[in-house]
Amino acid sequence: MTVGPVQAVEQAIRNGSELAQSSVVVALAGRPNVGKSTLFNLLTGLNQHVGNWPGKTVERKAGYFTFDDRTYELVDLPGTYSLTANSAEEVVAREYIIRDQPDVVIAMVDAATLERSLYLVAELVTLPAPVVVGLNMIDVARQEGMEIEPDVLSAALGVPVVPMVAAKGEGVRELLVVIDDVVNGRVPYSPKPPQIRADHQAVLKDILELIGGSVPAPYPEDWVALKLLEGDQEITKLMKRSVAEDIWEHVYAILRDHDDALVAVAGGRYEWIGRMVRAAVTRPKAGQIGLTERLDRWATHPFWGVLILAGILGLAFWLTYTVGTPLQDLLDAYVVTGLANLVGAWMAGTPAWLSGLVVEGIIGGVGAVITFLPILVIFFAVMGILEDVGYMARAAYVMDGFMHLMGLHGKSFLPLFLGFGCSVPAILGARVIDSKRARLLTIFLAPLIPCTARMAVIAFLAPAFFGSSAMLVSWGLVLLVLAVIAIAGVLLNKLMFHGERAAFIMELPLYHVPNWRTIGLLMWQRSLSFLQKAGTLILVVSVVVWALSRLPGGELGSSYLAAVGHWLEPVGRYMGLDWRLIVALLASFIAKENSIATLGVIFGTGGGGLAETLAATYSTATGLAFLVTQMLFIPCVATVAAIRQETGSWRWTLFNLAFLLALSLVAGAAVFWLAQIVGL
Amino acid sequence: MWHRHKSRRSSEPLETADGVVPLSALGTGEHAVVVELSAGHGLLARMASLGFTPGAPVSVIQNFGRGPLIALVRDTRIALGRGEAGRIMVRRNSR
Repeated sequence: MTVGPVQAVEQAIRNGSELAQSSVVVALAGRPNVGKSTLFNLLTGLNQHVGNWPGKTVERKAGYFTFDDRTYELVDLPGTYSLTANSAEEVVAREYIIRDQPDVVIAMVDAATLERSLYLVAELVTLPAPVVVGLNMIDVARQEGMEIEPDVLSAALGVPVVPMVAAKGEGVRELLVVIDDVVNGRVPYSPKPPQIRADHQAVLKDILELIGGSVPAPYPEDWVALKLLEGDQEITKLMKRSVAEDIWEHVYAILRDHDDALVAVAGGRYEWIGRMVRAAVTRPKAGQIGLTERLDRWATHPFWGVLILAGILGLAFWLTYTVGTPLQDLLDAYVVTGLANLVGAWMAGTPAWLSGLVVEGIIGGVGAVITFLPILVIFFAVMGILEDVGYMARAAYVMDGFMHLMGLHGKSFLPLFLGFGCSVPAILGARVIDSKRARLLTIFLAPLIPCTARMAVIAFLAPAFFGSSAMLVSWGLVLLVLAVIAIAGVLLNKLMFHGERAAFIMELPLYHVPNWRTIGLLMWQRSLSFLQKAGTLILVVSVVVWALSRLPGGELGSSYLAAVGHWLEPVGRYMGLDWRLIVALLASFIAKENSIATLGVIFGTGGGGLAETLAATYSTATGLAFLVTQMLFIPCVATVAAIRQETGSWRWTLFNLAFLLALSLVAGAAVFWLAQIVGL
Repeated sequence: MWHRHKSRRSSEPLETADGVVPLSALGTGEHAVVVELSAGHGLLARMASLGFTPGAPVSVIQNFGRGPLIALVRDTRIALGRGEAGRIMVRRNSR
């Protein structure tokens, strides 16, 4: 049982409940897949808040805990391999350490891949905050035949090293004691940072002399000099502003002559790492074939790997339909409808507009989004498990070639695929993509993937219009959309990013057993934070659309929404759509399946016979054009909220919506025109 | 297959006399040492921080001659696109 020690640690560490005035600030740094989240969740439990770093779309997690009657604030830095300015995550991490100067930085290190993990430590020890190394997964290292001496490593680094197995709670108490010792100056702290490779030492000295005295306040001078040599854009900009012009010319000339210095800096760090590893690792990894290698023979194979991926995704969708959909129906029947009935009865005495607003507008609209929560949670769980186990990178690897067709690379595959369930997890899932460009493009394309709600509309309407060939038409529609995505991907990549594809280079981490606590907390936080952030927007849009559909007379047929529909009819004519179908499209902004319910209200058919009525009213060409338009139309409000949340920009969000609107109208018109030529 | 890379300048010899080739030219199971990286600043920084620095031993775990490949460098498996692998020049270990 692994629960015992964890509980023991939990009893010793009370998850702090409120902000203490004089808390010690501890930052948690480490590369991805190193057990950082495990330690963070173990220490802070549910007492953590998730937000964004100011001005960035990088997730910021912080929490409190108390240990030995002292309160600690724990700040989880983004998982990074290094501290260059190449990604927002790395800039966030280093700016926090330099500017906010936490009392201690815990550097989590994976003992089984020590060499790789120490790279970040090589950068951390040059920063002003004291570092304590958490040598995690020491059990895995032992299993692989590796023997590491923490004391020797500590002496070589000049930094305390605590061996631990965070997943089992081992070593956590010791880590906290060491942190306390460092904060109170009970242990000497004298890190031995790496030196730049010998051939560049003179250059570094020249730069240091030139910029000496003009480095702005919290930045350490030698660190800035090193970053200049590395060609770091942020620091170059900073120093260009801070140094006198004539001196900068000198500095710039040196940097231009040594534009390859970055390799020397990185090389120096790896030389340093090599010394540490040679000193501390008394027995290297046995040459045996590890679990990862055995699994990867199948998981990364061009044929079997794709088959395994298809199996895993099939399982995810099977789970969605066997667990998610029934739960969704239950939520709808009992919670949303139940609440609506209850509130409706309770508000019987109030004016009709008020009870209508609350019951139909707020509960109806927000409820439609809430019923999607089970599917959302299932997809968050799937993403969480695949990420935690280490499989995500393999999926990206086997799908890389295919994704090239869309101007994307492998990492975009899984988020986009989840879009077949719901666009929201697809957009939130795009976080796994480290290149900003590829992430934006993935978010941009995700709403085009036909989600379950859009497919439900097709499943309802296609049989009425196309009878026995409904299945064929449905598949045709999906293929059409996929083709549109591929074309849009290539074009957008060309137009916006000049055809430059983000580089595909990433670590394939070692597989490990999933940590259910980490995954559970991740699901909880993602769902909660999405509802919190999207909630307001969803509420406002629900109320507005409801009001438009009821005012002024209380009837949909004579409402403002209908008036808008009539007004848009000249546009709709190109797609064969009359005002009723336009209103149905507009109403789908709350939730895609709303278009059916809206048509039901307009035609006064309720549930039964609507499909037949529609087939009798409209030509097949109109039916087809409507289906195409609704497949590509602007997404539901929850998706819009997700785009806004993940891109951090209303401009980008509106651009995305405008693109989808234009695309859907053009495609609808083209299909209508073609269908008429064919004689449908 | 590797000679198709657009990134390679035509003036460059495909394989120098001392056995320097792009990483993408190594077959599965072959061992080599990194000699030189030729990439833009951003990619260069990522490659270097992932452990591809001159002198680092590498081996290829998987290379099917097309699509991305997997290399082992500094104890870690790195997946990289064929284009990216073409920018890492390595010297084959003599057997």
